[in-house]
Amino acid sequence: MRLEPIANPSALRRLGLPALALVATMAVAMALALVAGANPLAVLGQIAKGALGSKLAVLETLNRATPLIFTGLAVAVAFRAKLWNIGAEAQLYAGAILAVVLGTGVLGSPWVLPVSALAAMLAGAALLLGPVLLKTRLGVDEVVTTLLLNFIMLLFVSYLLEGPMKDPMGMGWPKSTPLIAEARLPRIVDGLRLHWGFALAIIAAVLVWVIQTRTALGFEIRAVGQNPEAARFAGMPVNAVLVKTALLSGGLAALAGWSEVAGLKGHLSSDLSPGFGYTGIIVAMLALLHPLGVILTAIFVAGIFVGSDAMSRAAGVPTYIADMLMATALLFMVLAILLTQVRVVRG
Amino acid sequence: MNRDEGAEVVLRLDRISKAFGALKANDGVSLTLRRGEVVALLGENGAGKTTLMNILFGHYVADEGGVEVFGQPLPPGNPRAALAAGVGMVHQHFTLAGNLTVLENIRLGTEGLWSRGQGGARAKVERLSRDFGLAVHPAAKVGRLTVGERQRVEILKALYRDARILILDEPTAVLTPQESEALFATLRKATAMGLSVIFISHKLHEVMAIADRCVVLRHGRVVGEVDTHATDKGALAALMVGGELSLPRAEARAAGTVLMRLMGVTTPDRGAAPGLKGISLELRAGQITGLAGVSGNGQAALAEIVGGLAQPAEGRIALRGKDVRRWSPGTALAEGVARIPEDRHHQGSIADFDLTENAVLEGYRSRFSRRGWMNWRAAREFAETIIADYDVRCPGPSTRIRLLSGGNMQKLILGRAMAPGPDIILANQPVRGLDVGAIAYVQSQLIAARDRGAAVLLISEDLDEIMGLSDVIHVMSQGRLSPGFARGTMTAAELGLWMAGQKFEGADAA
Amino acid sequence: MSAVIDILISASFWAAVIRIASPLILATMGELICERAGVLNLGIEGIMVIGAFAGWMAVYQGMPLWGGVAVAMAAGMLFGLLHSTLTVPFGLSQHVVGLGVTLLATSSASFAYRLMLPEVTSPPKIVPFQPVKVPGLADLPWLGDALSQTALTWAAFAVAGVVAFILYRTPLGLAVRAVGENPAAVEAQGLSVTGLRMGAVIVGSGLMAVGGAFLTLSAFSSFFFEMVNGRGWICIALVVFGAWKPGKAVLGAILFAAFDALQIRLQQTPLGAALPYQLFLALPFILSILALILMSRRAEVPAALMLPYNKGER
Repeated sequence: MRLEPIANPSALRRLGLPALALVATMAVAMALALVAGANPLAVLGQIAKGALGSKLAVLETLNRATPLIFTGLAVAVAFRAKLWNIGAEAQLYAGAILAVVLGTGVLGSPWVLPVSALAAMLAGAALLLGPVLLKTRLGVDEVVTTLLLNFIMLLFVSYLLEGPMKDPMGMGWPKSTPLIAEARLPRIVDGLRLHWGFALAIIAAVLVWVIQTRTALGFEIRAVGQNPEAARFAGMPVNAVLVKTALLSGGLAALAGWSEVAGLKGHLSSDLSPGFGYTGIIVAMLALLHPLGVILTAIFVAGIFVGSDAMSRAAGVPTYIADMLMATALLFMVLAILLTQVRVVRG
Repeated sequence: MNRDEGAEVVLRLDRISKAFGALKANDGVSLTLRRGEVVALLGENGAGKTTLMNILFGHYVADEGGVEVFGQPLPPGNPRAALAAGVGMVHQHFTLAGNLTVLENIRLGTEGLWSRGQGGARAKVERLSRDFGLAVHPAAKVGRLTVGERQRVEILKALYRDARILILDEPTAVLTPQESEALFATLRKATAMGLSVIFISHKLHEVMAIADRCVVLRHGRVVGEVDTHATDKGALAALMVGGELSLPRAEARAAGTVLMRLMGVTTPDRGAAPGLKGISLELRAGQITGLAGVSGNGQAALAEIVGGLAQPAEGRIALRGKDVRRWSPGTALAEGVARIPEDRHHQGSIADFDLTENAVLEGYRSRFSRRGWMNWRAAREFAETIIADYDVRCPGPSTRIRLLSGGNMQKLILGRAMAPGPDIILANQPVRGLDVGAIAYVQSQLIAARDRGAAVLLISEDLDEIMGLSDVIHVMSQGRLSPGFARGTMTAAELGLWMAGQKFEGADAA
Repeated sequence: MSAVIDILISASFWAAVIRIASPLILATMGELICERAGVLNLGIEGIMVIGAFAGWMAVYQGMPLWGGVAVAMAAGMLFGLLHSTLTVPFGLSQHVVGLGVTLLATSSASFAYRLMLPEVTSPPKIVPFQPVKVPGLADLPWLGDALSQTALTWAAFAVAGVVAFILYRTPLGLAVRAVGENPAAVEAQGLSVTGLRMGAVIVGSGLMAVGGAFLTLSAFSSFFFEMVNGRGWICIALVVFGAWKPGKAVLGAILFAAFDALQIRLQQTPLGAALPYQLFLALPFILSILALILMSRRAEVPAALMLPYNKGER
């Protein structure tokens, strides 16, 4: 079997194959529903209804999409420079910690929100900086170091919540003291559960898109990601570009945690993130690393998770079906993207 | 030469055709090989020689036509079958695993994968090594061998598998003239023992020396088949090109001021690639300084120094009389140094970027952006100018550069390098892998730049090219630089001695 | 300090070290085979999970223990087939595919577990492998206790030896070592790059899954979510730490297991009680990062690791 590049892929190919990947994922969903003893079409319907079927559902989906947009952006920015940031989970928690540290009364001024946001970004950036410097200075692969940091950070959070940051009125459950009112992100519309974090995520996506397509830094990031040797030859400061990418990526991931604490939950607990950092990878890949596409895929993925929760209560299919579908979608999608650019030829 | 009128036909290629997309690489090619013959397969780059041999060996499957080895049809697309039938190939880019020893590389694939392996390999290798004059150390790690030694291992691989037909793809591209002689001695021993050889080359003087018969390919077709003793280099060249060979030649010129000077520059070795050993070099305005030498002797290190990609560990670099303090690609570009890289795919361009993006790879900060914001309109206009001025054949500035031919890619890189009006130009293997038209174009541009007063450093493996274009020739061997030889004062054989390291101080007779 | 010495000379400590090292050895050998052939298999974490689950579930459903091991291996090989199909003939990014496989395998295990045991509150147990009494060895003082291990542990060490033997002393191992360095060399000698790489990933994934099964069939006796807890990633660090050589990787696993066993016991000491337990739990991960930094010279990395091979790109 050989792969032959296609010079000018047709629009049918470029749009049809990714669509086919999504259809294939739905087929897998139906198969899993059958295995679980439920009605496949009903399951699909209940997921859709749970995601978008009512005003409450839509808001829940958009809320769930907010951290995914941030981590999706973080991963998209990094992956474009071929920087394998698998540590968005740890960076997210770093942002969450800063939200609490600065949000429980230390700063009372009206500036507490932007200051804590900035501090959160710096914390996330710092966390990714270590692995990136190890990569540029010592050639240590960043995949494993960022992954291992996730586990270390989770343990650190657990330590903080049982110790220095413990809420004395928390009835024994490890969680932090709640944020003061000024440190909370307000609702977008009074009475609805959607908070300003969502709007900030959209703004962040647009900013990333502008950086990528219109600035010299964006050009450098793309060049370094595609061919670092050529970039170096042309005079681009490859290591500096990687560092800037890391700062941007880590900062974005941290905002996911910051907005969850400041916007949604109001406090930090160990179960703040059901894996948003890892899901961000799927969100980014499904969007083909396009910052604006990340908005759409984040909402899509959030919908699947929210819908599966609802469907699980109704139809009894385990909620893990959502995770399985996301992983399946990822694998189908990367295959589909490849097949838009090459055709399979015998011998 | 060993040729028997009426010796049996050992190999027959029958009307082989192969197309890659729209490009017809081989078009109805037929070829026979008799026992004990050396046949040279000639043609310029892109004529289809390597494709044909890859089909024979089974790396590719022909669209039409077939192969017969010793009278038996050969199953296509199956290197294993080719090896079993007695076909051995010495590839242009060696197929050796650097982490394994010589013996392990030779044994690879010769024993059943599910078997325990057999003894006796070492003895056989040593015997073949003696019989064919191919000196190797069986226990040496291939990653540490020189290029010449690696080629001997490649040949031994084929002989170990009892090859009766040897294919050699541009074997002398990486050898000094003296090492090439040793290779020919080995080939003569091989044909005396009844082996038959196909020898791909574009070096006419070698072909005349070793081959019995020449088959010339052009644009995928056989355009001529002659006995070597019945022809001459000129006739062969004409067959290859289909007309008069008219490569540009530079006329003599007076030297100008020294624009760039390296003084006592030393760089560390990197694995098998030697670093520079205290070399001193002057690049003068209005001169082409040619650097001859077999690749792997420090040319890469020198190109990195001149191009700003490396700093000297010892020694100094001076530009227009002033010492350079911090040296980097950015500084080099700012100081008017243009670089045409050795590898247009990995160093010179980014495959999935379009022509506009590739055109501004070097100047984006200084000329195509303002305070961090890219000016894509100016970039596009710049790309369009290069495309027009340098005759880059392409659908437009938004085409991905990977879709262009090698020649057009190189023309874009050339245009990009020349656009700021540089007066120091580093051209590293600028015409490698290009067709004659593109070669002529690139070379004439370099001459034109020289005539405008630029200092050109031309690094090339092709001694003919160096001798034809350079005003001053230096030779590199093992990181050392010879003195400069003025145009016309040295023959190829004399330069060959320098290339083999024999004329450098302290060299022992090789 | 004397508390540490006491721990280090006790046979029970070393018995724990060998036991903790066993799943690491199996999974590390699996990853080593993949990487030597030129394929980075980031599915290791998920494959260990599915191995742990599949092996345990098979035994829970009534199969004998070795049957469970076989089922685990088959599950791992299946995911190895998925990974290698996407990364070898299709040449997709080994990073992305590996992470996708980990996510898919982990969520498959969770899904299947919830499906088959919807109402359990505490994980049900099976009867795991029991320590084997080796005649002669079992009666030795100190050694007898230290080497009181299950059959699966003995198998793990045997596997390491077999892997080393095959890699360095057979034509198959030679081909695997070659294909990770220069696939063109392998193809020019008439062997199949695709076949070798896929085979290596499938076999390696099988071993990883057995490593996971060790956790449920030998170490603990039930399956619970998060039980693999990053061991797969640690094994990737161990491959680097062992410079892609089986012997060194085994030593690395033992060293690692020693630190792990030590920190568990140190928590019982007065010093240990003063420090937060999370610090001890974080030690394995911190150590892995340090191991990676130490081995950052990387002269021995297989040259073609992570580079897909395109037949016909000459």
